[in-house]
Amino acid sequence: MSAHTSMGLDNRKMAFWAFIGSECLLFGSLISTYLVYKGKSVVGPYPPEILNIPFTSISTFDLLMSSLMMVLALAAVQRGDLKWGKIWLFSTALLGLVFLGGQVIEFTEFVHKGLTIGTNLFGCTFFVLTGTHGAHVTVGVLWLLTLWIRALQGKLGRANAMTVEITGLYWHFVDVVWIVIFTVVYLIQ
Amino acid sequence: MSAEREATERHAHPTVGVYLRVAAALVILTVLEVGVFYVPAFHAVLVPVLLVLSAAKFTLVVMFYMHLKDDNKFFTFLFGGPLVIAIGVMVALLFLFFGALTLRGGGGGPAGAG
Repeated sequence: MSAHTSMGLDNRKMAFWAFIGSECLLFGSLISTYLVYKGKSVVGPYPPEILNIPFTSISTFDLLMSSLMMVLALAAVQRGDLKWGKIWLFSTALLGLVFLGGQVIEFTEFVHKGLTIGTNLFGCTFFVLTGTHGAHVTVGVLWLLTLWIRALQGKLGRANAMTVEITGLYWHFVDVVWIVIFTVVYLIQ
Repeated sequence: MSAEREATERHAHPTVGVYLRVAAALVILTVLEVGVFYVPAFHAVLVPVLLVLSAAKFTLVVMFYMHLKDDNKFFTFLFGGPLVIAIGVMVALLFLFFGALTLRGGGGGPAGAG
């Protein structure tokens, strides 16, 4: 089945890059909102009192390694090595789940320390930004697990390398958004 | 398969060795970021240093893991165009809010910014 545009580009990949472009605008607006209201909370808890940098650094490392697993999965599928393709796909999903677990622990801790989405401007902008990112990670994990199950069923082969590449584009985008969030929200306080 | 399609799918992806080297660079940059955050001597230049390190990580992932380095330039346009707009909006909003505060003489209390 031909799936190419008149430019000779895969139409799914082109559409997906356009989607990622629109996602840049979404996260751009959320990060802008966070920055505009930064330091304007009139009641605590304030970021330096509550943000746990060592814990989030480990989450960041985890997400970066998941991106490595994703490219290794793509490389394996492209060379027809489905055994390692399945292993790397599952590893990527697993590291995504670890990241989400970390976010659940972090959010729970913040709520116990008195920071909710309605507490102050920091809580509102922080939870909306990181929560939207977490929702994207959740979608990515479900997508990866779906691919992994299809691979287990023998329905994912070298011919489907583009499907894995597009999944990878989404996953790496989620990673680059976190790279920005980690710097802007956690390190620049 | 048409020649056109073959040409499209022939774009070279980096090797596993390149992927591993990029991962090592990403880990080193992250360690540097966290290190800079904790070293008091860097606090004067914390923001620019962190932004440069973050931009380097962002670029590495986009160029090598998302393959924009070797892929069709139209994909770079599809990604880079909205990215430039998003950064432009961010900078404009920061100037609008914080620039205005500076012009008023450092701004008043938190309520004054709303």
